Amino acid sequence: MLDIRELHAGVGGNEILRGISLSVRAGEVHAIMGPNGSGKSTLARVIAGHHDYEVTSGEVLFEGQDLLELEPEERAWAGIFMAFQYPIEIPGVNNTYFLKAALNAQRKARGENELDAMEFMSLIRSRIKELDMDPALLNRPVNEGFSGGEKKRNEILQMAVLSPKLAILDETDSGLDIDALRVVASGVNALRSPERATIVVTHYQRLLDYIVPDFVHVLADGRILRSGDKTLALELEDKGYGWIDEEAPTPAGARR
Amino acid sequence: MSAMPRGQAVRTRPGRVTHYRRLYDDGASGRAHEPAWLHALREEGMDAFEEQGFPLPRDEEWRFTPIGPIAEGLFTTPSEASVDVWEPLARQQALPGATQVVVANGVIRTTGKSTAGLTVARLRELPADLAPMVSEALGKLTARGSALASLNTALMADALVIVVDRGVQVDAPVHVLYIGAADRTPAVHSTRALVLAQPMSSVTVIETYIGQEGAAYWTNGVTEVGVGDGAAVEHYRLQQEPRTAYHLGQTAVRMGRDSRYTSHVVQTGASLGRHDLSAALLGPGAECTLNGLCVANDRQLIDNHTTIDHAVPHCESHETYKSILADRARGVFNGKVFVREDAQKTNAKQSNQTLLLSEAAQIDTKPQLEIFADDVRCTHGATVGQLDAESLFYLRSRGIKQEDARAVLVHAFATDILDRMGIAEIRSRIDADLLVSLPTPSAPFTG
Ligand SMILES: Nc1ncnc2c1ncn2[C@@H]1O[C@H](COP(=O)(O)OP(=O)(O)O)[C@@H](O)[C@H]1O
Ligand SMILES: [Mg+2]
Repeated sequence: MLDIRELHAGVGGNEILRGISLSVRAGEVHAIMGPNGSGKSTLARVIAGHHDYEVTSGEVLFEGQDLLELEPEERAWAGIFMAFQYPIEIPGVNNTYFLKAALNAQRKARGENELDAMEFMSLIRSRIKELDMDPALLNRPVNEGFSGGEKKRNEILQMAVLSPKLAILDETDSGLDIDALRVVASGVNALRSPERATIVVTHYQRLLDYIVPDFVHVLADGRILRSGDKTLALELEDKGYGWIDEEAPTPAGARR
Repeated sequence: MSAMPRGQAVRTRPGRVTHYRRLYDDGASGRAHEPAWLHALREEGMDAFEEQGFPLPRDEEWRFTPIGPIAEGLFTTPSEASVDVWEPLARQQALPGATQVVVANGVIRTTGKSTAGLTVARLRELPADLAPMVSEALGKLTARGSALASLNTALMADALVIVVDRGVQVDAPVHVLYIGAADRTPAVHSTRALVLAQPMSSVTVIETYIGQEGAAYWTNGVTEVGVGDGAAVEHYRLQQEPRTAYHLGQTAVRMGRDSRYTSHVVQTGASLGRHDLSAALLGPGAECTLNGLCVANDRQLIDNHTTIDHAVPHCESHETYKSILADRARGVFNGKVFVREDAQKTNAKQSNQTLLLSEAAQIDTKPQLEIFADDVRCTHGATVGQLDAESLFYLRSRGIKQEDARAVLVHAFATDILDRMGIAEIRSRIDADLLVSLPTPSAPFTG
């Protein structure tokens, strides 16, 4: 589904991703872990099409299509969704209106019928219930004045409504209490299917108790230093990232 | 107590000024039957204009708004607008449920039906019982010393008089539609209205300025509003002139005890559009709310000057003006708030926010608070910014097209001003106008 090959990307001449290769097949859940500043969000944002980042070499294919050629909205239409580590507040734009505009823009782009107000409201009501969200948040401006947890739930609501093929969650678990964490996990697990895939970027092993990954990758200094199964996450939890740094072979010329 | 600032310098532009004296003299026969008080008022206006001439860029109040093309142009007396021109426009602009008044090229064409307690009349055909009240108010509410208001008084063909009787709540809004039609040579449309809401009455007045596509003219409009004790006036002023027109407008408001005045000023039209609004809060408990929205692109210049004069204690004013400027458009905002020595317990809030959609667009914004009382709450703030790149990315990452995402954010910027407009039809018309500011027009989102 997603094929990243030798991806180098950065900002203003500063390389942040220094050769990332990653393959995600339909039906899989991948976890990406790593210390702060290692490039996890950069990777997520490059996949989503953020204009700040310049891809200097490598390629990113999504279902065989060159993703780097596409605008952010075209990537969304193709089925990619990224839950933001820091969701944006948009005063003056109603949350329900935003969700409906997004969903219908995607449906239209894919040649599907747009949902009318009634169909949309019944969809959103059922999603809201599944996520145990306060329906009042629907009538407020997007993320404005939301608590940290409310913002993260709102990201998951968007994901649940848009039902992407590939969801990338950028530290959606950070700062959440255990109840909110369960909600996030159930939102992700509800979308698990043989046709879909998920990349979970996280700092903590905790989330992976609820969303059990097929693969775990450790990102440090813009490279994937180690890949393994879910036991790698437990090892990391035990020993910290220093252990990876010590044991990982340092590729020639890499700066530490 | 400091006096209101006024442009007083004597001007030496004899040629231009003489031109308007000639227009005035040429119109004498049409004014032959006017009452003595009106004749005197016009004479005074013509003399005052002749003495002052057009404002010059060295006037502090006109520093950012050069009106050379207006001052140098020899605008003529308009000819009668053809029914074939104004009627279709009037039909197209009709607001459901409103009483429509049509003024074309400065001449009142229809006044709609007067209803119980509401008079909508031509000054030329004023019911005798209203004459004393009108003669006392006309030309007295506006800031004296304004050369352009003086010129309007001298040259106006007629004036629209709207009177709401004491205690009457008028449900249907009065919609005054000023239409500019093309002329052989560019003309000056001296539009004039007087709104008198008697004590304890309420009314909504909508003034819309539009014109025939491509028509070149100059609107020099004056509206005076008297809000009696305990009365409430909601006033929309929608400046949507064609880009081939110039618009210089003034609104002067005098407010009595416990009165309410709410204004919605929208400027999207004209190559040069300026509105001066002055509100005098003269009775305790008066509350004045000024909302403003400007949308400009291309090389448009849109100017809003407001003056709120707190003369007595226990009054409130809330002012929010927003501008959306694209291309090489320029905006000017000047907001004066005077709080006089006696005006204790004044609560005055002012905010001016600008959204710049291009590198070349610019705004000159100046809050000007002059406070002579000590027990008051006065705040003001001005912000200037661009569309937020992260917000755009957020919307696009959810599948919303770039141009639609821009439109969503522009709407979001204007939304609080729009939300304050009680008339849904006006809101949606203005909403559609916002898209004009965007480089790639696209269908507006429907919520
Ligand atoms: N837009 C940007 N501009 C400049 N530097 C950036 C930008 N985004 C990320 N970086 C830098 O790239 C490095 C990796 O950041 P990030 O991808 O956010 O890491 P992580 O998500 O793993 O904590 C950091 O040093 C950060 O400062
Ligand atoms: Mg991060």
